[in-house]
Amino acid sequence: MIPAPQDSPWADAAATPQLRIRNVVKTFEGFAAVDDVSLDIYRGEFFSLLGASGCGKTTLLRMLAGFEFPDRGAVELDGLDLLKLQPYERPVNMMFQSYALFPHMSVAQNIGFGLRSEGLSRDHLEERVVNALKLVQLSEFAHRKPNQLSGGQKQRVALARALVKRPKILLLDEPLSALDKKLREATQFELINIQKQVGVTFIMVTHDQEEAMAMSTRIAVMDKGRVVQVGAPHEIYEYPHSRFVATFIGSINLFEGMAAHGPDGWRVDCAHWPLRTAQDLAALDHHQVALGVRPEKIRIAPLDENFAADNVCEGVVREVAYLGESMLYRVALPSGFLVRVAAPNLGARFSSGQPVRIGFGADAGVALDK
Amino acid sequence: MRGLSEERKRALGRFLVIAIPFLWLGALFLAPFLIVAKISLSSAAVAIPPYEPLISWADDGALVLTLHVGNYKLIFSDPIYLIAYASSLRNAAVTVIFTLLLGFPLAYFIATRDQKWRAPLLLLVMLPFWTSFLIRVYAWIGILKPNGVINGALLWLGVIEKPLVILNNNFAVIVGMVYGYLPFMVLPLYAHLEKMDWSLLEAASDLGAKPFRVFRKVTLPLAAPGIVAGSLLVFIPAVGEYIVPALLGGPDTLTIGATLWNEFFSNRDWPVASTVAVALVALLVGPLLALQHHRTKGARP
Repeated sequence: MIPAPQDSPWADAAATPQLRIRNVVKTFEGFAAVDDVSLDIYRGEFFSLLGASGCGKTTLLRMLAGFEFPDRGAVELDGLDLLKLQPYERPVNMMFQSYALFPHMSVAQNIGFGLRSEGLSRDHLEERVVNALKLVQLSEFAHRKPNQLSGGQKQRVALARALVKRPKILLLDEPLSALDKKLREATQFELINIQKQVGVTFIMVTHDQEEAMAMSTRIAVMDKGRVVQVGAPHEIYEYPHSRFVATFIGSINLFEGMAAHGPDGWRVDCAHWPLRTAQDLAALDHHQVALGVRPEKIRIAPLDENFAADNVCEGVVREVAYLGESMLYRVALPSGFLVRVAAPNLGARFSSGQPVRIGFGADAGVALDK
Repeated sequence: MRGLSEERKRALGRFLVIAIPFLWLGALFLAPFLIVAKISLSSAAVAIPPYEPLISWADDGALVLTLHVGNYKLIFSDPIYLIAYASSLRNAAVTVIFTLLLGFPLAYFIATRDQKWRAPLLLLVMLPFWTSFLIRVYAWIGILKPNGVINGALLWLGVIEKPLVILNNNFAVIVGMVYGYLPFMVLPLYAHLEKMDWSLLEAASDLGAKPFRVFRKVTLPLAAPGIVAGSLLVFIPAVGEYIVPALLGGPDTLTIGATLWNEFFSNRDWPVASTVAVALVALLVGPLLALQHHRTKGARP
């Protein structure tokens, strides 16, 4: 499913990005924490920086907030050179991972703190605070101190405190990491709803790929200070550019082999299982590639059930994992190579040691040369 | 201990742990204080010890308890004691202000250094304790005297034409006390600043507060317990300070410490000396209790 163009301004060459990050480099004692990163982020996006810890995502976010300054590169927000501005001068606000609520101030004072430097009238200021409290449904907690709030409530105070400033961009540093799993899921949807209500661009740092997939319009996958791929969640998942992205996001089978052209189209000559692919591999002819196939794209059936697919192979179930909504099998090919297969939890189940037939279409895989 | 339940054993253990410091304080602080308080209520005598006993046998065999409150009347009527109290309190307050002004940036500086530099820097703060306080105060005489280091340097530079009088006056006393008590201010301040959540300062800055406002609205309130602790640690000993005024002060420097010394050793009037000491404790404990009361009340939601 391809989103309509108005929902994906990044696909429109004429659209102007709200935030331009150009060739930004930041080194700490000779180590490049952020290494030549360029990104265009558009108004109203929910953009995620995704990567393992130490990949530079937080450093990049802190540079946008103004807590770190890059060694090289440019950062422009609506034509404004952000690098000339101190944190307190930038029209961006940050929600901290620890929430960083002022312990000596009440919830209302925390939220009002940022407005006091804006020279608003008292009534106007109070009205903004009251509205912010309403937005995050904390009106009856206005006079509590942060240490009298639950984790989820603190998170919402932090959100309100940043949003009440009406920033052009809201930066979120691992906003959900301090919450337990159940609350996290509910909060994901709440954050998305609030973002739609206020229409502010959100840039979120996270190490949790499911969180990034569920919430983002686009994701930048980072590794060792570099952005390795930018795209909508489905693009990143279905069409990873590299083995790194393919294995980092979700789970995938990588069939390594030589790309070659035959009478019935392009093939990846994997030693364990020669595979047909619908992808045009002309540019990769006779290159070593990996055909990546997601476990849920592979069909599994008993030997006596005939099914037609471009790639079919017999194997033996080695391991079975019951995940509730689905079953995860590890199927050994005749060569001993293990293929991960995910099947919805309905109909036949297979047990360990059972011979099965597995297969997938030529369009199910993606060839990766990096 | 067979007959005791686990809970009772634990309660007994807790009691013993708490009892030891209480006994220590009781034997070495409270008992001497009570003795001093007792002496303050007797009258001086040429005897050993040089005061009258409070309890005596009268000729008719009655047991007589004599409490002389005259000493207390004396120290509240004779201006020399009031002046001594006032100047000691004033000097201690000025010392607190200057140690705070010097100590806060110093503690802030150390607390914001890289982890590996903090321990050596703290060591430097404490290094003077390796040397006797008396010797260090003596060193200040060399620095402040008319032909000392400061005057010598200023004369050589041509800034002044004749030596400044910066020794044997109250200025020298303040310099010496600020110098001597600075570590007592820096250490508690550092302890509070070091455990401060620095992301709070970033958050304040992110919310549009300029550096001075961040300091006033976030850093200062969060460091307040450290400021109070450091100020008390400096103020209390500074009020009773004896060595610094004795060595660096002038003939007109009148302090409680010097008054106590004079009464005890020059006048051998132990009752008046004890009265001065008891009144000093009362003077300090009163405000402290009020502060403590205010703080525990403020801590409750």
